[in-house]
Amino acid sequence: MTEPLVEVAALSKHFPLGGKNFFGRRHGAVLRAVDEVSLRIMPGETLGLVGESGCGKSTLGRLLLRLIEPTDGNLIFNGAEITRLKGAALREVRRSMQIVFQDPYGALNPRMAVEDIIAEPLIIHGARQGPGTRKQVASMLDRVGLPARALDRFPHEFSGGQRQRIGIARALILSPRFVVCDEAVSALDVSVQAQIVNLLQDLQREMGLTYLFIAHDLSVVRHISDRVAVMYLGKVVEVAQKHAIYAAPLHPYTQALIAAVPASHPADRSRGKRVRIAGDIPSAFNPPSGCRFHTRCPYVMPVCREVVPPLVEPVPGHHVACHLIDASPAGAPT
Amino acid sequence: MSLLEVRGLTTGFMTGSGEITAIEDVSFSLNAGEILGIVGESGSGKSVTALSIMGLLPSPPARLISGEVIFEGQTLTNMSDRQMQTIRGPGISMIFQEPMTSLNPVFSIGEQIMETIRAHERLSPAKLRERAIEMLDKVGIPSAARRMDDYPHQMSGGQRQRVMIAMALACRPRLLIADEPTTALDVTIQAQILDLLMDLRDEFGMAIIIITHNMGVIAETADRVLVMYAGRVIEEAPVATVFDRPLHPYTRGLLECVPSLTEDRARLVAIPGTLPEPTRRPPGCRFSVRCSHAIPACSAALPPLELLEPDHSAACIRALDLAPIRTADLAP
Ligand SMILES: Nc1ncnc2c1ncn2[C@@H]1O[C@H](COP(=O)(O)OP(=O)(O)OP(=O)(O)O)[C@@H](O)[C@H]1O
Ligand SMILES: Nc1ncnc2c1ncn2[C@@H]1O[C@H](COP(=O)(O)OP(=O)(O)OP(=O)(O)O)[C@@H](O)[C@H]1O
Ligand SMILES: [Mg+2]
Ligand SMILES: [Mg+2]
Repeated sequence: MTEPLVEVAALSKHFPLGGKNFFGRRHGAVLRAVDEVSLRIMPGETLGLVGESGCGKSTLGRLLLRLIEPTDGNLIFNGAEITRLKGAALREVRRSMQIVFQDPYGALNPRMAVEDIIAEPLIIHGARQGPGTRKQVASMLDRVGLPARALDRFPHEFSGGQRQRIGIARALILSPRFVVCDEAVSALDVSVQAQIVNLLQDLQREMGLTYLFIAHDLSVVRHISDRVAVMYLGKVVEVAQKHAIYAAPLHPYTQALIAAVPASHPADRSRGKRVRIAGDIPSAFNPPSGCRFHTRCPYVMPVCREVVPPLVEPVPGHHVACHLIDASPAGAPT
Repeated sequence: MSLLEVRGLTTGFMTGSGEITAIEDVSFSLNAGEILGIVGESGSGKSVTALSIMGLLPSPPARLISGEVIFEGQTLTNMSDRQMQTIRGPGISMIFQEPMTSLNPVFSIGEQIMETIRAHERLSPAKLRERAIEMLDKVGIPSAARRMDDYPHQMSGGQRQRVMIAMALACRPRLLIADEPTTALDVTIQAQILDLLMDLRDEFGMAIIIITHNMGVIAETADRVLVMYAGRVIEEAPVATVFDRPLHPYTRGLLECVPSLTEDRARLVAIPGTLPEPTRRPPGCRFSVRCSHAIPACSAALPPLELLEPDHSAACIRALDLAPIRTADLAP
């Protein structure tokens, strides 16, 4: 059996909250941005990550890349434990992991020419500036669909979609194995978004990339992903093959999320037909007890307020954390 | 008579490289209680259309080059600022694209709603407060009376958006213009807000112009649709017609490039290129450089918006060649 490329076990990130107490110590209050998340990402697959604003998607993405330190838990990359790796060893692993951000405007240094922006990761990892790197950058530029004359130009001379291509070229110049796309197409117009989604899929095939694709647009995630994970207030509440998630979601939150997506045709208007969940997402600072979704769940039971539901696998490959779901694995491998 | 008539509206902006026309020859009409969706990608002119109707663009740099806006028989485009102020609020009210910047951080939300009402109606302080609470309640803010004294930063993004809607509705407008009312919101909150807008239309018979770049939002809410591209209206029809029989290649592209929530596609059908800036618009049809069906005639002259089928207009000289034959036309 193939080993996962990325595997996390009970990974958490708690941010300490601002204030300090009388003795100058932090008063211990924390925001649980990511709370005991366990996941595996197989080589060559795209795992989609969805959930509402503030649920911890970007924090989880950054944890996987070791851009921020986990509070607790373990992180395995390509079979090796990297949770506490430091210095040169960490730098070496980082070569193989890259990130593409949402905001093509903010993510690129406005004073650097495109060539230098894309070459920078090469230089950081010890390459020397020269004809060799220039050639490598030009060929990368070509692969992301930009003309060679873009090399000497600056980010502001490009449209949003072109800037996103530059960001992708920069992320892929070191031939990474794993790429986190954090809302990489969210700020783009739909016509351009489709171009970039196609490009990401082409590059994945050509370069054998593994993606964590973070986005709030559920239809884009469905299109690009093999499997999808759903987060709510720092917890992964459901993970499954995309067809299982979209056609037969098990968690009431996943069901509500999918039901809330606007119709693709006026004949399928959802108003009055689909279950709506009321209210807003509670604060991650003081999350509800038990199941974090219980304050908005239409099927809430007493146990949901008390006990955190564990992530179980009622159907092989389909993981869900909900008290409504019978925990005894039906035919799941033990 | 229709509630709103917009005729040939053309608005320019003075920029470093001369005057650009942000919108050109925008025309449509709207009946009481009707929901018109305006859809188009970033920079297509949706907000400028809305702000031109409201008379809210600062001049200079903005200038009404030509056209008129008629609301309930009155020509707004001739009105003085003072007269316009009597229309804004009880006549036409608007929800702006950026909710964070449109609420004042230093006043409580209750004060801001009451201020809006006070500008148009004389009510006793008790009645004023009552009306504000009623509005917050209508838009689904829980324990509205207690939240009156909260400040914008104490509310979530979805709640702030609902406060904006409450403010826009406080004077019971006959027309509400909602510019991207849900774009910054999560889908579960978006669904709540869209439901709310439709409920309010049903309850008060208010007409709504909903501006969005999302075809799904159009599918959920609109009765009629206006598709904009590079400052011009390129298609107009009832909502079902736009989805079932889009006549303009750009409209078809917009519908095809978004992935489906139920069907698998190997590849997305992207539209090549990007929307041109106002200073770099190509000659003739502005979509021609991105259009896979373009012929030389397309870049020769700007195609007018023409009524091509009953209640269905499009601005494309090849529209009828390219559209699938209607089944009705096949009948012997
Ligand atoms: N550096 C930080 N310090 C303190 N709190 C943080 C920090 N980074 C993130 N958070 C908090 O952690 C939670 C999760 O944030 P995160 O950015 O991961 O969410 P997200 O799912 O990516 O949201 P969005 O969809 O809005 O991008 C939020 O409540 C956020 O405010
Ligand atoms: N104050 C201004 N000065 C100069 N040009 C402007 C100004 N405001 C808008 N424009 C231009 O007018 C055109 C239409 O802009 P508008 O804001 O109406 O687009 P939109 O369709 O609302 O886009 P979005 O979806 O991004 O909100 C754009 O090309 C824009 O650059
Ligand atoms: Mg994020
Ligand atoms: Mg706008």
